[in-house]
Amino acid sequence: MSAVDLLVVGAGPAGMAAAVAARRHGLTVLVVDDQPAPGGQIWRAVETVAATPRGARLGTAYRSGAERAAAFRACGATYEPGSQLWQIEPGFRAFLTREGKARTVTAKAVILATGAQERPVPFPGWTLPGVLTVGAAQILLKTADTVPAQPVWIAGSGPLPLLYMTQLLAAGGKIAGFLDTTPRGRMAAALPHLPRALAGLGDLVKGLAWSWALKRAGVRVFRHVAELAAEGEGKLQTLRYRTEEGRETSVPAEVLLVHEGVVPSIHAPLALGCAVEWHALQQCYVPKLDAWGLTSQPGVFVAGDGAGIGGAEAAELRGSLAGLKAAVTVGGLGEAAAEHEARPLRRRLARALALRPFLDTLFAPRPQVFAPTDATIVCRCEEITAGEIRARAALGRPGPNQLKAFTRAGMGPCQGRQCGYPVMHIIAAVQERPVGDVGFYRIRPPLKPVTLGELASLDGTGPVS
Amino acid sequence: MFRKLHEPGADAVTIYIDGEAVAAEAGESLAAALLRQPEAWTRTTPVSGSPRAPYCLMGVCFECLAEVDGIASVQTCLTPVKAGMRVARQQGRRVLTA
Repeated sequence: MSAVDLLVVGAGPAGMAAAVAARRHGLTVLVVDDQPAPGGQIWRAVETVAATPRGARLGTAYRSGAERAAAFRACGATYEPGSQLWQIEPGFRAFLTREGKARTVTAKAVILATGAQERPVPFPGWTLPGVLTVGAAQILLKTADTVPAQPVWIAGSGPLPLLYMTQLLAAGGKIAGFLDTTPRGRMAAALPHLPRALAGLGDLVKGLAWSWALKRAGVRVFRHVAELAAEGEGKLQTLRYRTEEGRETSVPAEVLLVHEGVVPSIHAPLALGCAVEWHALQQCYVPKLDAWGLTSQPGVFVAGDGAGIGGAEAAELRGSLAGLKAAVTVGGLGEAAAEHEARPLRRRLARALALRPFLDTLFAPRPQVFAPTDATIVCRCEEITAGEIRARAALGRPGPNQLKAFTRAGMGPCQGRQCGYPVMHIIAAVQERPVGDVGFYRIRPPLKPVTLGELASLDGTGPVS
Repeated sequence: MFRKLHEPGADAVTIYIDGEAVAAEAGESLAAALLRQPEAWTRTTPVSGSPRAPYCLMGVCFECLAEVDGIASVQTCLTPVKAGMRVARQQGRRVLTA
């Protein structure tokens, strides 16, 4: 069993910045990450790709990750890629698996920088091979220089589809069409947030530049698409979609990429008993945090998009802030010195987050995302339909955990990472409750499936002293 | 379903998917290599036996599970390709063998 001052979970923008900050103030730091290289999802494979033609096509924001990764590598933190964290006990003792072997690590403080995942969007046929998320396709482009073989259909809302499409076109990929699922009237709703958003002018301009590039390239855009259905024998063959006006179209398709925004990864903070609150604009739970990223549990911090969606720049700043406070809590850094160092970071954080209310309002998910039809599979692992959840939700007043016991929804290997929010929304609609009051699945160890062989390989098993 | 934009060159390796030799690039994810196959599915589900393929590519959906070098239910999106890797598409529910 090894012991460190600080355990950082995740090596994306927030985790790397947290490690750098904590190391600067002399903490011993272990960074674990389930990916094979630092950078998180935004800077996937950046160390090997940044200097290549592929890096140039992916853009300057992507390439800028290389210097962050270099600073992280040089900071003196112990870095263990390819590690799965599957349990943290108070105290703290973390259980990790790497290359088939499990071990434990003790730490005085923990920074969870586990980022975000794409919002689950159940629709008929979303389990068919050929249906992937836009984020998945972007990861394939970044890490494997791999693109859809045929002109691809893309459906969704938000900045990521626009960015991916420009990157795909630059790489020589072909787009069959973009089904823009942003509902009518969203721009009008978002405009009041524009004055504040102007502090994030650079990102606004970037977004407009992507839209213009797509227009110039002649990408076909179909607006106000409200419903999707993927059909085929054993794989996607036909894509059906319906607009808000009720116009229905059917097209042949081999690959469909979907995206309806991202939500924080909250499994680890929930497992540690950190309090969360409902974020109405982003339609997800976020951990309750102080200005340093400290959760309701002493010594446990959340930084990055796991603290609420803010993007890479905000993630780095939140990582630095959490690293500083960890150095106060378990190291020798004085409160005043930390406060002094934090002040400019907080100013930059406010600027980095200025665009969020505008983006969150403009790209708020369409209502259909939360109300899949009865026949639609909601729990991909256990193949439970929305209709089954609805029928059960109407009997008494069960919450997500009772429905899990009744139906097995959320009991498969993904542990509710896909069906958690859809099930919450269905319960809220059936029982006419505010969705934020419904609660999430109780998250229990192991956070990721573990084999008996891994358990048997564990080192010392005594209690934490 | 998917194609690679460049020839792997010096990083080219051979892996075996259901016994068939397949070209891949060292270090890319096994899920990426699987998605480039004519049959892009990686497993059938334990519940209904329906085929599934990699969906999220970032370790959260557990759709890309396959048997890798004899170990079942490996997340292929988190597994870098290595020369000689033996991959079997996973069929239905797992069974214990003595």
